[in-house]
Amino acid sequence: MKFVHAIEGLSLWVGRAFGWCILILTLSVSYEVFVRYVLNAPTVWAFDMMIQMYGALFLMCGAYALAQDTHVRADVLYRLFPVKVQASLDFVLYFLFFFPGVLALAWYGWEIAADSWRYKEVSFNSPASIQIYFFKSLIPLAGFLLAFQGVAELVRCVMAFRTGVWPERLVDVRETEDILSDADLETISSFARDNNK
Amino acid sequence: MTNPEVALMMLALFIVLVLLGFPIAFTLLAMGVAFGYYAYHREGSVEVFSDIFNNNIFYLVNQNTYSVMENPILVAIPLFLFMGYVVERANIVDKLFFSLYMAARNLPGSLAIAALLTCAVFSTASGIVGAVVTLMGLLAFPAMANANYDKSFAAGVICAGGTLGILIPPSIMLIVYAAIADLSPLRLYAAAVFPGLLLAGLYIVYVIVRVYFNPALAPKPTMENPPPPREIYLDLLKSFVPLTVLIALVLGSILGGLATPAEAAAMGALGGMVLAVLYRSMTWTKLKESVFLTAKATAMVCWLFVGSWTFASVFSYLGGHDIIADFVGGLDMEPWQFLVLAQLIIFLLGWPLEWSEILIIFVPIFLPLLEVFGVNPYFFAMLIALNLQTSFLTPPMAMSAYYLKGVLKNQIELMEIFRGIMPYLGIVILTMCLMYAFPGIALWFPDYLFGPYIP
Repeated sequence: MKFVHAIEGLSLWVGRAFGWCILILTLSVSYEVFVRYVLNAPTVWAFDMMIQMYGALFLMCGAYALAQDTHVRADVLYRLFPVKVQASLDFVLYFLFFFPGVLALAWYGWEIAADSWRYKEVSFNSPASIQIYFFKSLIPLAGFLLAFQGVAELVRCVMAFRTGVWPERLVDVRETEDILSDADLETISSFARDNNK
Repeated sequence: MTNPEVALMMLALFIVLVLLGFPIAFTLLAMGVAFGYYAYHREGSVEVFSDIFNNNIFYLVNQNTYSVMENPILVAIPLFLFMGYVVERANIVDKLFFSLYMAARNLPGSLAIAALLTCAVFSTASGIVGAVVTLMGLLAFPAMANANYDKSFAAGVICAGGTLGILIPPSIMLIVYAAIADLSPLRLYAAAVFPGLLLAGLYIVYVIVRVYFNPALAPKPTMENPPPPREIYLDLLKSFVPLTVLIALVLGSILGGLATPAEAAAMGALGGMVLAVLYRSMTWTKLKESVFLTAKATAMVCWLFVGSWTFASVFSYLGGHDIIADFVGGLDMEPWQFLVLAQLIIFLLGWPLEWSEILIIFVPIFLPLLEVFGVNPYFFAMLIALNLQTSFLTPPMAMSAYYLKGVLKNQIELMEIFRGIMPYLGIVILTMCLMYAFPGIALWFPDYLFGPYIP
């Protein structure tokens, strides 16, 4: 369990760190709009900044979302299965449906990123020629992180198969509807009270 | 087997396998890699062991990932999500609801109308259906229950109203659609304005008519000394106006050509933060929560794109799109028959699946057919956008109903909620028919703003 939580902790930490890109993204794009319209002096770097912040955000949060089980599943049937069936199904499918794609990203992405580093690739979006080899290196990094997290998920499946219950995930912020649906009536009415103040 | 047959097998296999419940993004990615390996395999290309990896699919996967990363349309998704989470946590919904209720108190079914309007405005600004339905379930449902409203009726209002946010622009769904179908997000937003307002308007008309003919559904709550009008207007000014102005500014700057959707979304997120500060609900914890939730939701949507673009490019490389276009083209259907069939399929897919899955995986299959039948892609997009409203409302995966049941627990049966929702399904279909009869509802506004559409 320590092993699983160590990997999950890493995914969580990286995901949250890159999550802050959204704030940088919001502020930098707003800044660009401001200088373009108010000061009439658009920047040359804003477009690349926007692309890279967004790309880094979603790519590096892939493992975070996996560690929190937020990637969508078509779980109409899946949710009806007993935990042991779910676990064995997931265990097999991680090998079939997860590692091939993710390792392709990690391994071949590495080669592409290495090329990009070799000729110090820059972006053509603006005359500023922003470097993009850091950006391209994120693909193999995200691939490795996902593969790591995938190993943790495999261990999780084995544990669930043995015990018949899914091991707890690390605590993280939850969607409002999930908080409210899981809460008992007492918490809900206190939530409503707080909101009505 | 010929290549197009392999493509069809790939699609069929995917539809069966996805029901095993594995995360869809990775299922698509892995199937893309596997079938792509077959598709790009060249005779005699493997001689030594390391040649096994000498296959163009590996390059293609990375290329597709990179094109998702640098897609300037998709940038708007995390920004709109962030705006949504900030607005959602700004403690605004209760003020909004009660001030609207006070303003509407002389209309029949005033609570229901206030609930509908709150849902529409709040879900348009936040775009997060689950949060809108649950929060309104806590707020508006007890208020309606106390006034002895019919429970099914009250539940239907909340579920249908909360779903409006994915249709009325600026909505994330239309950004996703623009990225999938390679359409202009501007035109899509312009096209969705009137269908969205029409649907919301019909919901309200429905509520008023129902209550007018059957007052027992929604008895007028007794109100001891209502607040003076001045106070009511002040409350509206403080809650309803800022949020609608924020939405109008975001949408207006996009449609007016002042900002790209991403730029407008960023300004909207900033505006949402300012609102939250003004409502004194901006704390460090809430900001952090919004950031992390945005991170997870963005990863979820965008990884779906990584998977589906890989899947789709292999599918079309194998000739899958052509064989479907040939097949459907050979059926000798009229355009209207094709439209009805397509919408029926989307409607049925809405039973087990959610909008993001339907949009990213299945809609691309229909898109090449539009040319065959000479259907305007923006018109088709609006039909689908309306249709996807039903994906939240039809069992067994009626997410809206489940969200509501989740917070109301024993206060209501799931079947009662479904009974309340049914009329709204009818209204959605009615709106689709109206739009088919009068395509101008969708197409007039974009043509007016940006000139006639030229394919």
